Amino acid sequence: MSKKNLIVIGNGMVGHHFLEQLVATPAAADFDITVFGEEKLLAYDRVHLSEYFSGSTHTDLAMGTADWYAANNIDLRLGEQVTAIDRAKQTITTPMGDYAYDELVLATGSYPFVPPIKGNDHPHCLVYRTLEDLDSIRASSEGVKTGVVVGGGLLGLEAANALKSLGLEAHVVEFAPRLMPVQLDADGGALLKRKIEELGVQVHTEKATTEIVEGEEARLRMNFSDDTHLETDLIVFSAGIRPQDALARSSDLAMGERGGIVVNDQCTTSDPHIHAIGECALWSEKIFGLVAPGYTMARTLASVLNGDQKAAFTGADMSTKLKLLGVDVGSIGDAHGQTQGARNIRFNDEKAGHYRRMVISEDGKKLLGAILVGDNSHYDTLLQYALNGIELPEQPETLILPESQGGAPTLGPDALPETASICSCHNVSKGDICGVIDAGCTDLGSVKAETKASTGCGGCAALLKNVVDSELEKRGVEVSKDICEHFPYSRQDLFNIVKVNGIRTFQTLIRDHGKGHGCDICKPAVASILATCWNEHILATDHVPLQDTNDTFMANMQKNGTYSIVPRIPGGEITPDKLIVLGEVAKEYDLYTKITGGQRVDLFGATLSQLPEIWEKLIAAGFETGHAYGKSLRTVKSCVGNTWCRYGVQDSVGMAITLENRYKGLRAPHKVKMAVSGCTRECAEAQSKDFGVIATENGWNLYVCGNGGMRPRHGDLFATDLSDEELIRTIDRVVMFYVRTADRLQRTSVWMENLEGGLDYLKQVVLEDSLGICDELEQHMADLVGTYQCEWKTAVEDPEKRKRFREFVNAPEKKDPVQEWTTERDQRRPLLEGEPA
Amino acid sequence: MKARTSWDVVCTVDDLVPESGVAVWTEDGPVAVFYLPHRLPALFAISHTDPFTGKNVLARGITGDLKGQPVVASPLYKQHFNLQTGQCLEDEGVNVETYPILLDGNNVRVEIPAANKESVAA
Ligand SMILES: Cc1cc2nc3c(=O)[nH]c(=O)nc-3n(C[C@H](O)[C@H](O)[C@H](O)COP(=O)(O)OP(=O)(O)OC[C@H]3O[C@@H](n4cnc5c(N)ncnc54)[C@H](O)[C@@H]3O)c2cc1C
Ligand code: HEM
Ligand code: SF4
Ligand code: SF4
Ligand code: FES
Repeated sequence: MSKKNLIVIGNGMVGHHFLEQLVATPAAADFDITVFGEEKLLAYDRVHLSEYFSGSTHTDLAMGTADWYAANNIDLRLGEQVTAIDRAKQTITTPMGDYAYDELVLATGSYPFVPPIKGNDHPHCLVYRTLEDLDSIRASSEGVKTGVVVGGGLLGLEAANALKSLGLEAHVVEFAPRLMPVQLDADGGALLKRKIEELGVQVHTEKATTEIVEGEEARLRMNFSDDTHLETDLIVFSAGIRPQDALARSSDLAMGERGGIVVNDQCTTSDPHIHAIGECALWSEKIFGLVAPGYTMARTLASVLNGDQKAAFTGADMSTKLKLLGVDVGSIGDAHGQTQGARNIRFNDEKAGHYRRMVISEDGKKLLGAILVGDNSHYDTLLQYALNGIELPEQPETLILPESQGGAPTLGPDALPETASICSCHNVSKGDICGVIDAGCTDLGSVKAETKASTGCGGCAALLKNVVDSELEKRGVEVSKDICEHFPYSRQDLFNIVKVNGIRTFQTLIRDHGKGHGCDICKPAVASILATCWNEHILATDHVPLQDTNDTFMANMQKNGTYSIVPRIPGGEITPDKLIVLGEVAKEYDLYTKITGGQRVDLFGATLSQLPEIWEKLIAAGFETGHAYGKSLRTVKSCVGNTWCRYGVQDSVGMAITLENRYKGLRAPHKVKMAVSGCTRECAEAQSKDFGVIATENGWNLYVCGNGGMRPRHGDLFATDLSDEELIRTIDRVVMFYVRTADRLQRTSVWMENLEGGLDYLKQVVLEDSLGICDELEQHMADLVGTYQCEWKTAVEDPEKRKRFREFVNAPEKKDPVQEWTTERDQRRPLLEGEPA
Repeated sequence: MKARTSWDVVCTVDDLVPESGVAVWTEDGPVAVFYLPHRLPALFAISHTDPFTGKNVLARGITGDLKGQPVVASPLYKQHFNLQTGQCLEDEGVNVETYPILLDGNNVRVEIPAANKESVAA
C-alpha cells in the first residue's frame, strides 16, 4: 500500500507536539509527513519566550531538533508560508509550488491583535509573539528611555517586564478599569497594580488611545480620549490574540462568528480531511489561548488518525498560575463567580499584599473558582478542590486563611482522588501515576520517563514528587536515597564512610562498600568527596577517570567539543596588565571572548591540545584556574565599595578578594557562588548567592542559601553586624556543614529547604554549636585552605599529566576535522547545526 | 568471502589511561580506545564520534557499568554507549561503530575494515 500524504501547516508548539504524539503511534508508518512553518526557526517554547531576554537562545527554547525530524522521516520546510488551500484538488500552495495532501492539519496558532488606532503602523510600534518580534523590540530599545505596552493582560504584563529588563522605563496602558480583567476582580486587580507600580512599572488604567503621533521629547506620543497624553520611544501592542485562520477562511471552511476554525470533538473541521488544533481552532465556540489545551487537542488528533474511534477533545481547564514581574497571580475556574447562586469568601491583607478569593457553590460544598494575588502557595490545593469536585471542609475559609489565623494545611496527596489531574501539560492523573508505580516504577525519574509528567512547563514538579513519594511509601517501598546502582548509600552516607574509614581511592570504596565498576553518577560524586576529604590533585592517576570531562581537562566543554577557559579574577578586580595578557592570549589562539555573569572573562574555542599551552602563558602572567568547570566555589562578586562609591560603608572588594582566595578550589556537592556589597543598596546582588555579604555601618550582614538561575531564592539573613573574623568563621562553618551533609548536586538553596529544622536548626548548629562540631568544621576548612594548589599550575609542570591533553595520541599534528567555524561580530564562533558555512 | 581487514597499531600501552579513554586517529577516522583494567577483556575500541552531535568527544567520557554492561557516557549530553556492542542505552535506534582490538606486546592494535580504508583514502 502506498503511503498517504499528511501535511501540517504551522511548526509551533502544538504542531510540534502533535508530531511527537503521532510518530509514537503505528499510524506514523502510513504517512509521508511534510511540515510547513512560516517562521524560519524550528518550533520553540513560546510560553518561555521572555527568557530570550534573560539569555536563553533559540536552541534552549527549541522543542525538538532538525535531527529528530530527519530521524522520523518528516520533511520539515521552515520559512515557507502556505498561501492557499485547494480543497477540491486536495493541494496546498506555497511560494515554492503546490503539494498534494490526503490529510491536512492546521496548527497555525494566532497572531497579536493590533487595535485600529491611527499611527499604529509606525516602525516603533511592535508586537510580542515570536523570537523575531523580540529581536525587533531589542533593536528598537537601543539607546532610548521609555517603552509602553498597550494591554494590561497576562501577556502585556510579561512584555512590560521584558521592557524593564531591557533597561527601559516601562508603562502599561490598559483600556479596562483594572489589570488582567479576564482573570482578576477589582480588588485583585488593584492589589496587582499597586505591587507592579512598586516594582517601577507605571500602570495607566481606563485609558483609550485615540492616535499615535510624532513625539516631542521621545519618538512617539500617544493621545488619549481624556485629552491626556504619554510620550514614549516604542510601543508594544498586547491587546489580545486572534486565531490565524486566513487560510481556512479563504477556502470556505466553517468559521466562528468572531474567527477561529470550527472543529468537532475529533478536532476535524467541516472538511473531513482537514483538521485544526491549537490556538487557531474553535471548539464549542471557545478559543483556548493556553498551551495545555492545545496539547490535548494534539493528542486527540494523533489518536484519531491512528484509528481510535473513541478519542475526543472535551474541553480544557483554563486555570492559570504565574509570576508576573515577580508577583504571584493565580486564577482558577469560575473566578468571577458567574455560576448561579455562587458565594464568595475573600481574604485581603493589604499590609502583606495578599489577596485571596474563593468562589463556592450555593450549598457551600464545592469550590467553583478562585483568585490569588501576591502569594500562590494555596494554588495547588485550591486547584485540586476545584478540578476534582472534592467536598470542601466545614469551614472553607480555612483554606485561604494564613496558618496563624487557623488556616488549614495544604491538601495532602492522599486526599486526592484517582482522577485528580497532576500534570495538565501531559494530561497525567494520579491514577496514571499509581498505574506506572504498580507496573514497576520505583522512583521519581522512572515515573517521569514513563508518563512524561512534569516534563512540560514544570509547574507540577512539586506536586508530582509529593504524590510519587506518598504512593511509594504506601506500597512499602522505601523511597530510595541510593545515589546509583553501584552504592546503596546517599552522598552523605558515602561522605561519612570515606571520612571514618580513611578511604582514599574510588577502587577501595567500591570494592569494600559498593558493587560493579561505577558510572557517571557515582564517580564524580565520589571524586568530589575525596577532594573535600583529602584535597589531592584532581589529575592524580587514581582520580582522573572519576571526573566529568570538565574536571578532567579543567575547562568547560562546549557544544562543539572545544573548551572554554575561565581564569580566576578574585572579586572581579584586575590590573590593566593582566587584562592585556588575556587579550593577547585570546588573539593568538583566536578565542571568542565574553565577560561572564561572575565578573570575569571567559575564553571560548580552545582545543584540547591548546589548553596546556594557553595555561602556561596565563600562569606566567600570574593567573590561576577559576574552577569554572568544577562543583566548587565559582566567584565572589563584588561592588566597588567604599573605596570609590559615595555610599559605601565597607571595603567590599577587599572582602570579596579575601573570601575568594580563601575558598577557591574547595570541592562541594554543587557549585557555590558568593557576593559582597558595600552597603544596603546591594549592587552586587548578594542575596541571590549561596553566601551573600552586605556591609553595615558596624560590619557585615551574612545571608545564606540564596540562588539565582532557574529557581531563584532570596538568601536568608543568618547573622548581623559581624566583624571580618566572625564573618569568615561563620562562613567556614556553614560551607563545611553543607559540604558534609548535602546530597549530590544539591545547591545550598535546596539543601536548606530540605534541612530538617531549617534556618533555625542551621543557626543552632553554626552559631550555638549545638552539635559540638564547630571546632572540627573549622579545622577541616583550615586544612583545605592550607593545601590549596592551582590545578593548572601543577598540571602544566608535569609532563605525564600533559600527556592527557593530546587530541589524538598517535597523531599529534592531526586537527579534529569536525570543528567548523564562522565569524560573527568580529569574533570566531562554531558553525551551528544546519548553518551554511 | 570475508572482506579484507588490517590490524593497525594505534598506540602503545603507555598511552592508555586506566579506567578511561584516549582518542586515536585511524584510517577509518577518529576512534576512542578504553582501558578498563578491572574487566576482562580490558580493551575496547569504539568510534570517537558522538552520534547525537557529530562531535569527536567519546574518549573523554566517564566509563563504568550499567546493569553489568561496560559503558561510556558521552561528555556532551550524557547518553551511555555499550563499549562492546556500541548500542546506545537511552535510544534503541542509535549505535556507534565498534572495532576489534588487541594487545600485541606493547602495541595496541585495532582492526580496520579494508573497505572503509579505501573510502577514507579516496
Ligand atoms: C509571551 C507569551 C507567553 C505565553 N505564556 C503562556 C503561559 O504561561 N501558559 C500557557 O499555557 N500559554 C502561554 N502562551 C500561549 C502559548 O504560547 C500558545 O498557547 C501556544 O504557543 C499555541 O501553540 P500553537 O501551536 O497553537 O501556535 P503557535 O505556537 O503560534 O504556532 C503557530 C505557527 O504556525 C505558523 N503559521 C501560521 N500560519 C502559517 C502558514 N500559513 N504557513 C506556515 N506556517 C504558518 C506560525 O508562524 C507559527 O510559527 C504564551 C504566549 C506568549 C506569546
Ligand atoms: C552545563 C551546565 C552549566 C555550565 C557549564 C555553566 C557555566 C557557567 C559559567 C562558566 C559561568 C560564568 C561564571 C564564572 O565567572 O565562573 C556561569 C554563570 C552563571 N550560571 Fe551557569 N552553568 C551551567 C548551568 C547553570 C544552571 C543550571 C544555572 C541555574 C540554576 C546556572 C546559573 C548561572 C548564573 C546565575 C550565573 C551568573 C553568576 C553570577 O552572576 O555570579 N548555570 N555558568
Ligand atoms: S551558559 Fe548557562 S544559561 Fe547560558 S546557555 Fe549555557 S547553561 Fe544556559
Ligand atoms: S552596594 Fe553600596 S557601596 Fe556597593 S556600589 Fe552599590 S551603593 Fe556603592
Ligand atoms: S503541568 Fe506543565 S509539566 Fe506538568
